[in-house]
Amino acid sequence: MPVYNLKINGQSHAVEADQDTPLLWVLRDHLDMVGTKFGCGIGQCGACTVHVDGSATRSCLLQVSNVENMEITTIEGISEDASHPVQQAWKEIDVPQCGYCQAGQIMSAAAFLNQNANPSKTEIRDAMSGNICRCASYNRIEKAVELAATKLS
Amino acid sequence: MKNTVSPSFSRRSFIKTSALAGGGMLIGFNLFQACKPEVTPPVDIAQLNFNDFNAFIKIADNGMVTIFSPNPEIGQGVKTSMPMLIAEELDVSWDNVHVVQGALDTKNFTRQVAGGSQSIRHGWEPLRQTGATAKQMLVNAAAAKWGVDPSECKANNGVITNSKGEKLGYGEVVKEAAVLQVPENVTLKDPKDFKIIGTDAYNVDIDGIITGKPLFGLDYKEDDMLIASVLRPPAFGKKLTDFDDTATKAISGVEDVVKFGDKIAVLAKDTWTAMKGKKALSANWNADSKLENTETHHKILTDLLNGKEFKTLRADGDVKKAFAAADQVIERTYESPFLPHNCMEPMNFFADVTADKIRLVGPIQTPERTASRVAELLGRDVNDVSVEMTRMGGGFGRRLYGDFALEAAEISSLAKKPVKVVYSREDDMAAGIYRPSIKYKISASIKDGQITGYHLKEASVNTNMYGLIPNFFPAGAIENYQVDVAAYESNITTGAWRAPYTNFLSFAEQSFFDELAEILEIDRIKLRLDLLQKVKGTTDERIQYAPERLEEVIKVAVEKSGWGNAKEGVYQGFSAYYCHNTHVAEVADVVLENDIPVVKKVTCVVDCGIVVNPLGARNQIEGGVIDGIGHAMYGDFSFKNGEPTDKNFNTYRLIRINETPVVETHFIENNLAPTGLGEPTLPPAGAAVANAIKAAKGIRLYKQPFIKHMNAKAPLG
Repeated sequence: MPVYNLKINGQSHAVEADQDTPLLWVLRDHLDMVGTKFGCGIGQCGACTVHVDGSATRSCLLQVSNVENMEITTIEGISEDASHPVQQAWKEIDVPQCGYCQAGQIMSAAAFLNQNANPSKTEIRDAMSGNICRCASYNRIEKAVELAATKLS
Repeated sequence: MKNTVSPSFSRRSFIKTSALAGGGMLIGFNLFQACKPEVTPPVDIAQLNFNDFNAFIKIADNGMVTIFSPNPEIGQGVKTSMPMLIAEELDVSWDNVHVVQGALDTKNFTRQVAGGSQSIRHGWEPLRQTGATAKQMLVNAAAAKWGVDPSECKANNGVITNSKGEKLGYGEVVKEAAVLQVPENVTLKDPKDFKIIGTDAYNVDIDGIITGKPLFGLDYKEDDMLIASVLRPPAFGKKLTDFDDTATKAISGVEDVVKFGDKIAVLAKDTWTAMKGKKALSANWNADSKLENTETHHKILTDLLNGKEFKTLRADGDVKKAFAAADQVIERTYESPFLPHNCMEPMNFFADVTADKIRLVGPIQTPERTASRVAELLGRDVNDVSVEMTRMGGGFGRRLYGDFALEAAEISSLAKKPVKVVYSREDDMAAGIYRPSIKYKISASIKDGQITGYHLKEASVNTNMYGLIPNFFPAGAIENYQVDVAAYESNITTGAWRAPYTNFLSFAEQSFFDELAEILEIDRIKLRLDLLQKVKGTTDERIQYAPERLEEVIKVAVEKSGWGNAKEGVYQGFSAYYCHNTHVAEVADVVLENDIPVVKKVTCVVDCGIVVNPLGARNQIEGGVIDGIGHAMYGDFSFKNGEPTDKNFNTYRLIRINETPVVETHFIENNLAPTGLGEPTLPPAGAAVANAIKAAKGIRLYKQPFIKHMNAKAPLG
């Protein structure tokens, strides 16, 4: 089996995996970083969102062989101690219900706010529409992204 | 509200205490049942045995409190709200309370189930009594130390004071308190003195959730565990004839292939390899029973509805006579599809079956039932089975069924290895226990402008509405009233789905009353309020709802939503419903964008008694309303030759953030015992939206999902 050198959350990891293994399962099964969640496996729900070179990316569709030498950030790496402004906003608004999709929501929001520091409500709703929350905590997700934007600015 | 001890149990028989070896006091208790007289809590916290007690409170000698919460968390917030009840009466600062999910075992559990929005309702008295009992023991210990009577002492925020002004922290008396006799009678607080109940408390797991900690079943791992990906029959009604696993076994990393019943499990060290191995299987299936289609269901349910084979669940007066004497009979039929649950965390479960014990770990709403089913399946003693619950990535009813845990146990037993079964999304959607497709026919007889008769008929797949539902509104309000049900037996598995039956029945009835008001040219609100007048003072003990409480939520919703005074271009729809012990009214505000109805806002008024944790409660309400709208608008699920036509989110549509209204919540303030919130705001949402769409576009909706029956040119959003 080939070995891939991955840069995740600023650390190097050598991972032995089939070339077609999605980054999602490399993170979860090979590296024990289970914060990135499996939801659909076809890039429709956003639960597996990570940052690849700063962009929100669905890790379930990304093969390990394609991400060598790229900067990968997961929910575990976005801050050491839940201090990222998006995480803080999520906490202050008390967003989660079951909580399963929230890591993906936070990663989508963080990447979006990096690109658009002062978004309108419509822009927030459009940007976050790739992430499904089955508990429908959407009102709070919207509020938390707005709050995070003010924290970042 | 009862502030006294219920006669059904005494303190002594449900609470036991011990002094912890490492310092501190441990209180073991059982919810809803007595402890066995011979057991006592352990003196070592590592020895907590959830077979003897289903919940524990540890008070450390520094005054910190740890509550081992007895209920599993699916997202409804009980892991936060139930400990709040204990902390309130224990009288400690919420900041000093730490909540831990008990590694719960099953043998002695009653009501260790999350479902039916009942957790808070059932826990309300026993949890407060437990907290109050512990507080009294601490006060008694302090009083003994001071040589004063306990009545001269007061406890507040973890500190006991006496009339001389002396003070002792809880932590300073835990050692003495632990060995005292458990007091027989304790006084509960007057609700006006609540300091924790009624205040906003953050989700106790928030830090773990936002940092991606392993909380869920899918995150659970053991060193030598294998992942099982299971190939199940592709259609309901099909059985396995034979299979070839040559290609699967050629995949590096595939450890084993295990056939059990009509299923084949592929075992590997990692999920991706197991999934690939499953895809590489070549299996043949044959039909051993009917392969059903949605068109056939439609015909069968329509025939049932128009037939004569019904079971009558409630009959008041004489509906037949009322219909015969009527000036006018109005009859409408409402139709719903099957629905999958689609928890975001796909079904999964860990099992380690060995000669001396069976360990099960995972997301499950019914640990007790699952343990006994696994014991029965494997021919083992139920005492050999332990079930540890993880946090659940959603439930919505799906995790009431332990089918996935049984699969894990059977595979582990055959493979003789610890195994975690992991469903793909396709597995999850295709091996569902679905909300059954249901049709309702509602008929009303009108005489002299009054509703004289009401006849509700239900045609469902596999099961019919449970017995309490015929006693919901409008039971008792109409003299001649009848509820009849019929079911068709299908090989497609069906079961509870968030707010079973009422999730669609509420749409049917609240749409019907809206239309009835139009036909009778009566104000929609007045029609409902007039009906409620007739129920007031009823002596019929079967009636489940309180007309006064339903009336109040309706009136407050009218006021808060600006009903009747909407801005130009805003169309409102009204709905009010009682279920799961909670009374709810909702007003949906719809606007037309390019002639397409868009739901902008829902005003939701809720009477759930005392609101234990408003922050969490509002979250449940917002989610319930949006979930109700999402499934009413988009939820569509069909079968072709026994096979679901949708298996993932590329074709199955769930509501997304850009399609959601703002939910504005208002609580009715009262001091009545709290009722649940996981379900009751979902059912009224569909009708509120449908009634608003009628106002906006003139289209009366009778079928879900609305998107299919709207004649809309573009998707609703």
